[in-house]
Amino acid sequence: MRRRQIGLGAAKQALLVALSLVVLAPFAIILSNSLKTRVEASRMELMPAAHPVWANYATVVERGKLGLSFLNSVFYTVAATAGTLLVTSMAAYVLSRRQSRLSGFLYAFIVFGIMLPTNFVALIKVMQALHLLNSRWGLVLFYVASNVAFGTFIIHGFVGSVPRAMDESAAIDGAGPLRVFFSVILPLLQPILVTTAVLCGMGIWNDFVNPLYLLNSSSAWPMTLSVYAFFGRFQQEWNLVFADIAMTCLPILAIYLAGQRFIVSGLTAGAVKG
Amino acid sequence: MSRNRLYPYYFVLPALLLYVGLFIVPSVMGAGLSFTDWNRYSPEVHFNGIENFRTIFASSKRYDLYIGNTLLFALVSNLVKLVPALFLALLLNGQVKGRNFYRTILFLPTVLSFLVVGLIFRSVLHPSTGLLNGALRGLGLPFLAGRWLSDPRLVWASIIGVDAWKGLGYVMTIFIAGLQAIPQDYYDAADIDGAGWWRKLGYVTLPMLVPAITINVVFGVTYGLKVFDIIYVLTNGGPGRMTEVINTAVFNEFAAGSYGLGTALSTLLLVAMAAVGFPLLRALTKKQVES
Repeated sequence: MRRRQIGLGAAKQALLVALSLVVLAPFAIILSNSLKTRVEASRMELMPAAHPVWANYATVVERGKLGLSFLNSVFYTVAATAGTLLVTSMAAYVLSRRQSRLSGFLYAFIVFGIMLPTNFVALIKVMQALHLLNSRWGLVLFYVASNVAFGTFIIHGFVGSVPRAMDESAAIDGAGPLRVFFSVILPLLQPILVTTAVLCGMGIWNDFVNPLYLLNSSSAWPMTLSVYAFFGRFQQEWNLVFADIAMTCLPILAIYLAGQRFIVSGLTAGAVKG
Repeated sequence: MSRNRLYPYYFVLPALLLYVGLFIVPSVMGAGLSFTDWNRYSPEVHFNGIENFRTIFASSKRYDLYIGNTLLFALVSNLVKLVPALFLALLLNGQVKGRNFYRTILFLPTVLSFLVVGLIFRSVLHPSTGLLNGALRGLGLPFLAGRWLSDPRLVWASIIGVDAWKGLGYVMTIFIAGLQAIPQDYYDAADIDGAGWWRKLGYVTLPMLVPAITINVVFGVTYGLKVFDIIYVLTNGGPGRMTEVINTAVFNEFAAGSYGLGTALSTLLLVAMAAVGFPLLRALTKKQVES
């Protein structure tokens, strides 16, 4: 019995070590090859470079216009996440507090959007008519619109756990609806707002297809599009491609390792209670 | 009744306007335009009945294949993630040395974009210099080395494999969160009844995991039907056009200027997602109301 348990434990460890290696090996490839010369990198070996070529990173920033697209990505992520939190928390609050047929219908109508795929061709037509195509703010507005369904859904569930007595006591003190919401309710929603921000923010940071359709000018591109364009131009120079990939991954990996608890609990929110 | 003064409907207005304007309107308009010959080369748009759908289902261009690919991807990519992820979650929820470390590592690919993951694997799966074939040759298994992204017999397995590399950790993490919410008493009671590992899995764990399973299936199926990035980057629909899916076909039609056909394909996707997703979504919202 005892021996069998030890054997099982060893098998479990072996499985987990093997899986971890499978996950980590591509990262090792990226890091080691991003520091090699073009010829060395073309062999794509795991071995670290004999003489690290740090200049690859400088080359990539310069030729790949990474600085500008990094700022673009930051702008899209921050602006669209903030916008999503604002409009969805207001909507979820009122739709959860009102218990009428209309509010029930509006909630169902909005949540239905979780299942809706984007009709890109028609979207472009609409964005063009509204002068939102090829515009940074246009993309931000679209991101907010596409996160309305999901954001309202998760925040709605949480609002129910905030007692109504909070709103009413604030109202007795003479506060209007906006005051009540922004100074009393919004601070209480903080945990779910963090969750929503993590979910929306990561989705936007990693998004590729929407800017592919909605932005023409490379000066407005986020990181994902720039990396892809860079790959197209420098396919023969894997050292530069790897340096580019490394620089794209590093910020988000650093954020993950620093704020792992937030991110994991954010992404798994709802899995427990349903 | 006057309480509702505190909850004015104008609070809903910004969200509703954006959602309707940039999400519902394009879908409805797109459904209408899918019955037209709308294209880049003519300023006029004519009604042409079900011509686009006839092209999709009954022409020599293999759109029916792309639709089949999409459904198959949505099914298989989820199966290969759900089952192993469940067992990994059980493993990492139990007493294992270094479990937090393994959880961190296995979740790592989740935070990367599909685009970056695709590019990484373009290198890893490279037939002559890639890491995978190199490792297989190094292990004395050169006959297993393959042209992973251009051999028609291997390409789908490669795509599904890369997708699992990226997505397994997320599914697993959701399961772990679900497992942590199961009260230990249930297992103690099952122990008293003399239930073995498999019986406990079937009678305690799985029924209690239903919310986590629902979440994983809803997210997994909607992702699978909408899939674009990973295929666009890994194969761009090739070799030939055998790994084309609905959203890559929409992109091709858009690039070719056949807007009517592109929007017809999107409309079919909408119908498929509503058919598959609506019951799932209802299960999800019902759960939330109950809790």
